[in-house]
Amino acid sequence: MASTPHITVLGGGSTGAGVARDLAMRGFDVTLVEQGNLTHGTTGRMHGLLHSGGRYAVSDRSSARECIEENRVLRDIAAHCVEETGGLFVKRPEDSEEYFQEKLAGCEACGIPAEVLSGAEARAMEPHLAEDVDKAIWVPDGAVDPFRLVVANAASAVEHGARVETHSEVTDLLVEDGEVVGVEVEHASGPGLRVHGTEGGREEIRADHVVNATGAWAGQIGDMAGVDIEVRPSKGVMTIMNVRQVDTVINRCRPKGDADIVVPHETTAILGTTDEEVDDPEDYPEERWEVDMMIDTLSELIPMLEDARTIRSFWGVRPLYEPPDVGSEDPTDITRDFFLLDHDDRDDLPGMTSIVGGKFTTYRMMAEQIVDHVSDRFGVDAACRTADVPLPGSEDFSVLRDYMDDFGLKSPIGRRSVERLGSRAEEVLDTDGPNPVVCNCEAVTRAEVQDAIEGSGSDLNAVRIRTRATMGNCQGGFCAHRLAGELEDSYDEPTVREAWDELLQERWKGQRHALWGQQLSQAMLNYALHATTQNRDRDPADAAESVDFAAFDHGPSEAVDPSHASDTDVATDGGRDGH
Amino acid sequence: MAIESEVLVVGGGLAGGFAALAAAREGAHVRLLSYKQSTLAQASGLVDVLGYAPDGDGPAVDPFETIPALPDEHPYRTVGVDGVREAMAVFDEVADRYRGAHTDRNALLPTHGGTVKPTARYPASAAAGVASDERDALLVGFEGLVDFDAPHAAAHLENAGVPFEVGGATIAFPGHLTADAKVTRYAKLLDEDAPVETATGATRRARAALASAVEPHLDGVERVGFPAVLGDDDPAAVRESLETELGVSVFEVPMGPPSLPGLRLEDDLYAALDAAGVSMETGNPVVDYDGEGRVESVAIDRNGATIPFAADQFVLATGGLVGKGIGSDRERVEEPIFDCHVPHATDRYEWFDADAFGDHAFARFGLPTDGDLRPLDADGDAEFENLRAAGSVLGGYDFAAEKSGSGVSIATGHAAGAAAAEAVR
Repeated sequence: MASTPHITVLGGGSTGAGVARDLAMRGFDVTLVEQGNLTHGTTGRMHGLLHSGGRYAVSDRSSARECIEENRVLRDIAAHCVEETGGLFVKRPEDSEEYFQEKLAGCEACGIPAEVLSGAEARAMEPHLAEDVDKAIWVPDGAVDPFRLVVANAASAVEHGARVETHSEVTDLLVEDGEVVGVEVEHASGPGLRVHGTEGGREEIRADHVVNATGAWAGQIGDMAGVDIEVRPSKGVMTIMNVRQVDTVINRCRPKGDADIVVPHETTAILGTTDEEVDDPEDYPEERWEVDMMIDTLSELIPMLEDARTIRSFWGVRPLYEPPDVGSEDPTDITRDFFLLDHDDRDDLPGMTSIVGGKFTTYRMMAEQIVDHVSDRFGVDAACRTADVPLPGSEDFSVLRDYMDDFGLKSPIGRRSVERLGSRAEEVLDTDGPNPVVCNCEAVTRAEVQDAIEGSGSDLNAVRIRTRATMGNCQGGFCAHRLAGELEDSYDEPTVREAWDELLQERWKGQRHALWGQQLSQAMLNYALHATTQNRDRDPADAAESVDFAAFDHGPSEAVDPSHASDTDVATDGGRDGH
Repeated sequence: MAIESEVLVVGGGLAGGFAALAAAREGAHVRLLSYKQSTLAQASGLVDVLGYAPDGDGPAVDPFETIPALPDEHPYRTVGVDGVREAMAVFDEVADRYRGAHTDRNALLPTHGGTVKPTARYPASAAAGVASDERDALLVGFEGLVDFDAPHAAAHLENAGVPFEVGGATIAFPGHLTADAKVTRYAKLLDEDAPVETATGATRRARAALASAVEPHLDGVERVGFPAVLGDDDPAAVRESLETELGVSVFEVPMGPPSLPGLRLEDDLYAALDAAGVSMETGNPVVDYDGEGRVESVAIDRNGATIPFAADQFVLATGGLVGKGIGSDRERVEEPIFDCHVPHATDRYEWFDADAFGDHAFARFGLPTDGDLRPLDADGDAEFENLRAAGSVLGGYDFAAEKSGSGVSIATGHAAGAAAAEAVR
């Protein structure tokens, strides 16, 4: 081929961003399109577990082996996205001893480091574990920030020349002479960074090959070209606690089941999950019983969860796939393996490859295999380097500690910032003006917010996922307006207001599932701050009718200055003016 | 032997304060028990009576005329328009640093987010900022103070349609405040008029230095607004110095927590309670009560010891969901001290609306009362013959949507306190 092949990647989750990075590093010309923010789909809605492979060590050993391998890779190339928490498989008295032994044997067979702890040893490690926990298996599970990881992959892709378009929905596949030759996308706000209020538009993006990495949405993309991709979306709830009850990933050591994991994540702990097949990945019920089950069932492992405060719940949709001839009844029986569907071989539709199924932890390996496949098609002979080259933010991670006291930030604010930014800390935090904290719950400073705005346009939800601002206890109650203020430097007021409203609505969405006890108290406080103090619920700037300012009090000077007083209502008796 | 008083008020916010004041002024011996700092530190310090009619589009011009349109269960309907007026007259007497009493009409005040809101009374420090005043304005923000972005607020105000030109400037506050200095730190520097180092390296008094930093941005405006940090002990003196230096009117834009105007109001209220001879007991929660049909005493927990307080009449002013006068768990909503009846749906998914600013049932959670402000049980009978409730612990109104929080607290507090004193006689 004369020119560099142009590959369009659909989907800005972990797989799509990983594919885009790998393609770009191997010299392809790459365009990534994503309908929402990066991580909009399943990636942004997971529990943040970096699998050791332990969860699959009994049921699916090949997945388990992939997990431990990629676990090690990500600790290396994405150090600033990973917290090495370790994990425990905890056995209660009623849980099967036989399964416990199978789990241990499975870990050993798959090369997953595993160590048996007595109940007392496990409680010494995690004091809030139930008194009657028998024993546990320690494995190298971890916590990973999916937002940071995907943003870093996208940033790396861009560094290698890729174009990344968020808020760009694929409206059609371009098919000519029986071959996919590109996509038609609808940009929400014009190409480039998302800016509210800028006019969007359609764009035809022609490509030598299209990679469909849209996960639960893959079937919808397939439909556009008349090919069947039998994704079976399955929803799962995640309930976020306001503090970390545990610092280690806690798994229940029993065969597959709902509500069997707690992952410490930044300042929170995330309880998961359920597994229910749904028809539409964007429209499914989010139900009370699911939240109640997380709390009630996981309280068996960690009793204090029963009365602990949750700040929100969210649901994710797994993009499960199984070949049509398998026909599993129960979504928990569907394999977690991934499938590469070459539509040329499969459907006589050249020009497109889909990737479905799979797991977040192995996103890089999946990307490597699909890029190998694409490289073969185009005769490109470049080795994959994504397992060796650190992501932006994770280069020279060893020098991280040296930054801690710099930039005039008090610990622990500086510590949190630097942990999030990794090796980008100096570049981001070294600013001229003062660098106050914008989000107190998550210790996010102005410099980080400004850096995120630079990377994501006027979209405060994109700023949120990059920085964690508004993701703590108050859920934006105290800082949503501050973030709006930070946007002001770059965007006009109506744009800022729209982004601000969008952030408030997004934050409300998940809090609705946590409205009792302290979080209901917090929600009322937030409502009072936003509606009473800021009048954002009835903002005259948003109203169709303009306010008749002249009809209202002109101030105390009107009592002495007759030119301001409208009529007879100047009162001297403490407010009773007789009408 | 329980500590005795005639009227015992539980709760030290606006409602409890005005209840205690009303009862004391009627000659009763009054004791007030409060636990934590009141929610006034979280409020803007504006005293709303009623900003929006239930189905009105824009802000209500006259809150008193709007009250009769409220639904029957609204606390204002219980105390009546005259009751609200009577209570506000007491407020105006107690809070002489407040303005707005010269008219029944609401004022529209700029918010720190940059729009306007209707309110009935405002601190003198905010008076020059009233949005119906047509003088052009400059808003000034400080680099490190993230709660008030002046250029953003100015642009937002213009888009809210204010009848004047308004610009915004962000300046470095003189002196070497850390990036995360608290609002009280700014206020203290200005209260003390402490010497500070200016941008040029010279040393000047804080107020003069601040005025000099603002001056280049004036551009002919007649008034300048600052975030509400202009003094804690003596805001009038700080404002006067700045006005003299700048030659224009100066005002504060009310802010969220921690709110200096809210704290100043709390100071004024506590001074009035002191002057009226109210006994105060602060820092310990009321955890229990004794009595059947009639409250005989309540008990506080002081470092694990339970101490009873007996009285003839009781006023419950413990606040709503924010002040923890109303509590909840996954199954129910409750009033934690007396377990008074709180109407609510059994399914917690009916407690809220899907929209962030929708019609939230939780915002109306609280106690229903009879015409004498006595909480009612599920059958509609008074829970206790000598217990009245006031302020946010009451149900049936959404103060955030209506902009009625302070007014309801003052009006129902005053009415409950006066009725309690009357019952003692």
